[in-house]
Amino acid sequence: MELIDIIRPENQVFCKTKLMTDIPLSYCPGCGHGTAHNIVMEVIDEMGIVEDTIGVAPVGCSVLAYDFMNIDITQAAHGRAPAVATAISRIWPEKYVFTYQGDGDLAAIGTGETIHACNRGENIVIVFVNNGIYGMTGGQMAPTTLPNMPSSTSPYGRDTTTMGFPLKMTELVANLPGVYFVSRQSVHTHKHARKAKKAIEKAFENTRLKKGLSFVEIVSNCNSGWKMTPIESNIWMEENMFPYFPLGDIKVDGILK
Amino acid sequence: MSELKLMKGNEALAEALIRVGADAYFGYPITPQSEVIEYLMTERPELRTGMVVLQAESEIAAINMVYGAASTGKKVLTSSSSPGISLKLEGISYLAGAELPAVIVNVVRGGPGLGTIQPSQADYFQSVKGGGHGDYKLYVLAPASVQEMADFVEDAFDIAFKYRAPVLILSDGVIGQMMEKVYLKEQVPRLTNEELIEKYGSWAVTGKTKGRERNIITSLDLQSEKMEARVRHLMKKYEQMEQEDMRYEKIQCDDAEYLIVAYGSSARISQKTVELARKKGIKVGLLRPITLFPYPKKPLMDLTPQLKGILSVELNAGQMIEDVQLSVEFKVPVAHFGRTGGVIHTPEEILEALQQKINNTWN
Repeated sequence: MELIDIIRPENQVFCKTKLMTDIPLSYCPGCGHGTAHNIVMEVIDEMGIVEDTIGVAPVGCSVLAYDFMNIDITQAAHGRAPAVATAISRIWPEKYVFTYQGDGDLAAIGTGETIHACNRGENIVIVFVNNGIYGMTGGQMAPTTLPNMPSSTSPYGRDTTTMGFPLKMTELVANLPGVYFVSRQSVHTHKHARKAKKAIEKAFENTRLKKGLSFVEIVSNCNSGWKMTPIESNIWMEENMFPYFPLGDIKVDGILK
Repeated sequence: MSELKLMKGNEALAEALIRVGADAYFGYPITPQSEVIEYLMTERPELRTGMVVLQAESEIAAINMVYGAASTGKKVLTSSSSPGISLKLEGISYLAGAELPAVIVNVVRGGPGLGTIQPSQADYFQSVKGGGHGDYKLYVLAPASVQEMADFVEDAFDIAFKYRAPVLILSDGVIGQMMEKVYLKEQVPRLTNEELIEKYGSWAVTGKTKGRERNIITSLDLQSEKMEARVRHLMKKYEQMEQEDMRYEKIQCDDAEYLIVAYGSSARISQKTVELARKKGIKVGLLRPITLFPYPKKPLMDLTPQLKGILSVELNAGQMIEDVQLSVEFKVPVAHFGRTGGVIHTPEEILEALQQKINNTWN
């Protein structure tokens, strides 16, 4: 059998995510953002809710999410996505509203907006991609940078005595009564990506059922910012990020696990 | 139905907001404008029209809520006072950059810093010279009565949607707090979602429906040539505003030899000064800019042949005077008079300042 005989629609086991555009991703090769984008778009496509979905893009590496996600998106000021999403959800209660934010956006400059949107129990989904560093601006220290981890603004490693500790925003918001579902996942292997997709599905399902706020953290790599190869960065993530940011569901159906 | 009521400026604005069929209000309490959100929370517009009212956790959150609602084509307003407006400026710059229609109200108090809670016009520069970052302008309406606090809500939304641009209503503690009679117009129904999509579906993010490209709201252009084109496009709008939507009022200017230029509460006070001066035989007129951008440059210039001097009367240390000087191209001497820090000048004080100028410099 020739190769050309195999490439037929009936033999297709995998295809490009329908709701992703053809614009080349601006992310570095090896970065987890592409998979995270794919997962969110797959869920929206499979649930058949694209006509009722409004996304809110952040500032950071994923500021251009609207280039890649073929849905209606508004791009918020740095850290303000939860406030922007709050208004959209309040005024269009029948819509699925989600934010897609990085660690600097969500856990540093937007801490206030994040906590208060969570505390009000807004009926939105927050997708939080945590790679422990500021990727877009060139590898500066993030609120989630690990102790002793070097960055361009902590070149000798994060000294917790002067720079504070990595912020566990996900555990923090899980304790707020307005938050209905909290999960921490990763996307660096197929197995992990499938689990992450389940969590995102549950989050959007919660919006449909008007259950309040769903918060899904995706612990991801930043091979460029961490100055590693993609494979090295994934191993480093498993060995260093996961012990500090353990994967799994933290709050399900409004109950802390 | 329309009604005649005795109301505070802040309350009149809030009631007018419900009646123009606004979709949402987001705000944070600050003196001297807290009556706006208090009135709305008491009135429960969600029961009257379905309008959303939410007390945000900060001014920053409130303006970004406005950004979110405006992204979807909804009619949305926020109000605050000076220190709060400083916090909103980031969001205002984004609204201008992303070309979103929204109305912001500043009931000005004295500054800088925490300043005072008393009335002031010290935010003139901030309002008309940018304030936030980048190449943008705000269309700025300056109400001088409780009636205008109500009427300008509708006018502001008309401009905001005509140009897809943020509009500022620049009030102050006098106009916000004082009570006057006000005619309130009939309730206008809110747009249904279908009507909204029909009108604004070409740009608003309402969910990507079949048969149209996705809508994106952003102020970002990483290519500088594209960003330059975006700025030029904004500048075109501002030019159009200058040609089509500049507003002002002239009082007793026909035979005037001297002119007071004043806006908002200062214009109300100056009106009395004109009366007092005329009784003394001094030929004074008043030009009241109703829009501070676009500024009534031409009407001012047109008056120059007959004028011997202009007094810019403002509740600040001298800000609008620069626009008066630029408008008349220094052809007529221009002086400033104004109390600041929350002190309100009297008509007599203005008259005294005017007489001093006439006697010592302008003759």
